[in-house]
Amino acid sequence: MPTVLDSLNRGLHQAFAEDARVYLIGEDLLDPYGGAFKVSRGLSTRYPDRVWTSPVSEAAIVGVAAGMALRGLRPVVEIMFGDFTTLIADQVINSLSKFTGMYNGQVVVPLVIRTPMGGRRGYGPTHSQTMEKLFLGVPGLRVLAANSLSDPGELLRKAIVEDTGPVLFIENKLLYLKPVLEREALKDFEIETAQPAQSYASAHTLRLKGTPGPTITITAYGFMAELAREALLRLAFEHEIFCELIVPSQLSPFAAGGALDLPLQKSLASTQRLLAIEEGNYTLGWGAEILARAAQTFLGQLKAAQRVAAEDKPIAASVPLEDKALPNEDDIIAAVLRMV
Amino acid sequence: MRAMSDDAGLYRQLCRIRHFEETVLDAFPKGMFYGTTHTYLGQEANAVGVLAHLKLGDIVFSNHRCHGHFIAYGGDLRALFAELMGKATGVCGGLGGSQHLHWKDFYSNGILGSTAPVAVGTALAEKAKGSKAITIAFLGDGALGEGVVYESLNIAALWKAPILFVLENNHIAQTTPIELALAGEIPARFAAFGIHGREVDTSDVREITEAAGEEIEILRKQGGPRALVIHTVRFGPHSKGDDTRNEKVMAKLRATRDPLQIHGSRLSARQRNDIEAEVKAQVVSAFEQAQADPLPVL
Repeated sequence: MPTVLDSLNRGLHQAFAEDARVYLIGEDLLDPYGGAFKVSRGLSTRYPDRVWTSPVSEAAIVGVAAGMALRGLRPVVEIMFGDFTTLIADQVINSLSKFTGMYNGQVVVPLVIRTPMGGRRGYGPTHSQTMEKLFLGVPGLRVLAANSLSDPGELLRKAIVEDTGPVLFIENKLLYLKPVLEREALKDFEIETAQPAQSYASAHTLRLKGTPGPTITITAYGFMAELAREALLRLAFEHEIFCELIVPSQLSPFAAGGALDLPLQKSLASTQRLLAIEEGNYTLGWGAEILARAAQTFLGQLKAAQRVAAEDKPIAASVPLEDKALPNEDDIIAAVLRMV
Repeated sequence: MRAMSDDAGLYRQLCRIRHFEETVLDAFPKGMFYGTTHTYLGQEANAVGVLAHLKLGDIVFSNHRCHGHFIAYGGDLRALFAELMGKATGVCGGLGGSQHLHWKDFYSNGILGSTAPVAVGTALAEKAKGSKAITIAFLGDGALGEGVVYESLNIAALWKAPILFVLENNHIAQTTPIELALAGEIPARFAAFGIHGREVDTSDVREITEAAGEEIEILRKQGGPRALVIHTVRFGPHSKGDDTRNEKVMAKLRATRDPLQIHGSRLSARQRNDIEAEVKAQVVSAFEQAQADPLPVL
């Protein structure tokens, strides 16, 4: 079974094969190394002119990619660790996400910034963070998060060759070695897919087959969706609590006008209980926006709303301390038990 | 792109920028424009001299002080006035304002230094596409405080980007004189990355045209990057009313370093008067038309 990493690597190779305007810029990209997490392996061998291994200059390579995109190319930038996205914030916020809007729609900026986020590997405070929340809501920027439910490589390929605007593409480190889930692995679940308006990034709704109607709506993305899926099974078998899990692959932009995405709207209309889960730290996270929108949409009807997220403190290098600070399956189950 | 390198043509371009900027500063207190502005008064010869060598498809990247670059590039005066007034007919339909312009292959952005990597990227893209276009990136001395500029110089040199960095040193960043902001020498910054830098200290458009012409010719033949450092004088305030410099010193600089006086002396009085009258009429007409233009539809 291909892993998420294999799938992303294949998506990159397909994008390169399909479109000669695709370039890759980043640190330590050349084979045999192929990037720190090996997502880019094989590309420099097959496309030596279009893979540019770079100095340690995150801001400049993202700016360079923005200039390339303005002039009709489709660059991809690999940022080695998601923690380093602080270094690209000015280029992302004040340049590449703004160009289309501030130049009155006269230009497009098709580029993808790929980066791994997440902890649980003992990398410590500056190499373990989940910080995409800093970029959610930036006008003009799409933020996508890979998951194992749909083909993440295909999502990446579409972002590279089909999107007309800039994309920040989040890959959780622990997700890399997870298998892409095929029909057989998901045979216990009923699955619905839906796409947000003006997007190609599907959201998946999962519930256990042959169980009573769900009483709680859980939403999670990336690696946390793996933990949430495991929790869904335990809650059903150990506690007879039946939940519905909604896994978006687009984090931003959110639905227009302060609305909730349709799958969440539909699910909450019947459960009236919402749990949002993320690996980023708790305060002002993705879940806060989801809960705010749920409150606006279902004013007076919500019976419970909770968030599970990382503690608001630096992520420790010591693994026991790190484990305690990051949300896990037990935290999800405990949160659900508080809601019934 | 345009034949402006004869003396009369150069003078006309200098005058267009001068009259435009004077009109802007004059009208600002009357509430005719939104936001703020950064005028190019005193620096006109830089844009006119450098951009006299543009060919079709060449890219210009400019900064917050972009009106002069835009006009020398061939930008429309009415559209620029309209942009400052937030009108629908503005260069960017009123979305960009004074600092954020895009027209044809001209781009500007208001974050100092942040334009450097983007400009390098445009040059690398044209090189990758096999076009003959070069990029000209205007930076000021103030931008030399920003780290991303040095990342960009390194990458431009490493990847041989066909770009000319034009460093306009007007010796002051907003109200901070260069002595309080910059250690070392400007050309050494380019030399450190193996980028050939040429230095001129002049407000004479002919000297700048000649120096820029030689640099751009070598750039087109041998590839880049290259740098042209122009020591210049900002006559006006940073934006509108924020000039803290000694008025006596400024008066002397205005008398000795005025690009219009320096270059105008090469023309007959009649030629000068004719050009000035023609340009003034253009600027007045553009200003009036922009005022009559509609605001964006909400």
